[in-house]
Amino acid sequence: MGLDFTIVPSYFTLLLIGSGWTIAITAAAAVLSFVAGILLAVIALYGPALLRYPFRLFAWLFMGTPLLLQLFLIYFGLIQIGIDLPAFVAGVIGLGLHFAVYNSDIIQAGIVAVDRGQYEGARTLGLSRVQTIARIVVPQAVRSVIPPIGNNMIALLKDSALVSVIGVTELTLTAQLAISKTFHPFEFYLAAAACYYLINLVLEAGLRHIERRIQLAR
Amino acid sequence: MDFDLMLRVYPFFLKAALVTLELSVLTTALGLGCGALGAAARLSRSTVLRALGASYVSVFRGTPALIQIFILYFGGPQIGIQLDAFGAGVIGLGVNIGAYMTETIRGAIIAVDRGQTEAARTLGLSRSETMRKVILPQAARLMIRPLGVNINALIKGTALVAAISVVELTYTAQRYIGSTYKPFEMFFLAGVIYMVIIYVTGLGVNWLDRRARIT
Repeated sequence: MGLDFTIVPSYFTLLLIGSGWTIAITAAAAVLSFVAGILLAVIALYGPALLRYPFRLFAWLFMGTPLLLQLFLIYFGLIQIGIDLPAFVAGVIGLGLHFAVYNSDIIQAGIVAVDRGQYEGARTLGLSRVQTIARIVVPQAVRSVIPPIGNNMIALLKDSALVSVIGVTELTLTAQLAISKTFHPFEFYLAAAACYYLINLVLEAGLRHIERRIQLAR
Repeated sequence: MDFDLMLRVYPFFLKAALVTLELSVLTTALGLGCGALGAAARLSRSTVLRALGASYVSVFRGTPALIQIFILYFGGPQIGIQLDAFGAGVIGLGVNIGAYMTETIRGAIIAVDRGQTEAARTLGLSRSETMRKVILPQAARLMIRPLGVNINALIKGTALVAAISVVELTYTAQRYIGSTYKPFEMFFLAGVIYMVIIYVTGLGVNWLDRRARIT
């Protein structure tokens, strides 16, 4: 069986739809990982011990085990306790929580790096503890850690390929569909790789743009 | 939690963990080899080699490892490369992590103070002597910790080869989830083993790092 790239264009639409779903799942998981990452970071630094320790255990579990295993647990495991999630939702939750833990680590470092005087100043001006954290400390911290979080988002895009294993019809799985019809794995996986590479380039350019804007605003 | 079941199946998980360990060790070795070559290419004086190194890093870091493994394992036979799943897994993962290690190694070499090169060259050492005797020994210390991060990611990354049916830890967990319908127990078993492997590796990296600092 030789190589025949002429069959790829006829599956162009399929791969395009797959790319669309890859972008959708990456975007949804990115938003979840960002919001949950901030929450986890705030709890880890300011929460009561009763909350802090379970969250530390949670972070430890998510950092110490493979993402693929976590996806299996969320998709197949939750059925055991009566929660039957659609594959797309399970994928977003799995990817989102996995990267939330990594983001939380970075955001914690960012919060610690915010000058203590900002906190004291805000409290002196009469803001409550919650207001100070939510409106003064966290926004400054998040702004300073955008570049490393951007790197996590690039890793997230590539790891989104894993959700094909639980049956989300994104780029990798659409390539597999085309392969099951044509029996030309090399061509279609290469085409999928090219799609990922392009999306990745666009994402990197977008992140660089955001970083520049933040630097200008400072 | 069904502890009886976990006690019955854990020997199979331990056997699978050996495969995961084997994958991790071989992949680390291959990754370090690719990383050293990649870093040498990226830092060389030849424009062609530099471009080759840069495209290696860009392509392999810019596409999912899963796709790379699929191209090698399923697409390989079309271009005359016949590999069993284990071999494809090791080569796929190793070349992939090698791209990340290229950047780690290059970063450590660049981080060595420029004055060191200038001083060594002034004292009459050749370019290659300077690299071997002055720069690399110092860079080696700087790269232990970041390479440890790469290896940590690699160990978790070995789970990917479950998708091409290598009977390692994740594949075993998946198979027992299928036959027992007890995902939490199976996840727990596999998860604990992964964490032990990663924890012990982390201790090893810390030990190496401490030793490198003392000397």
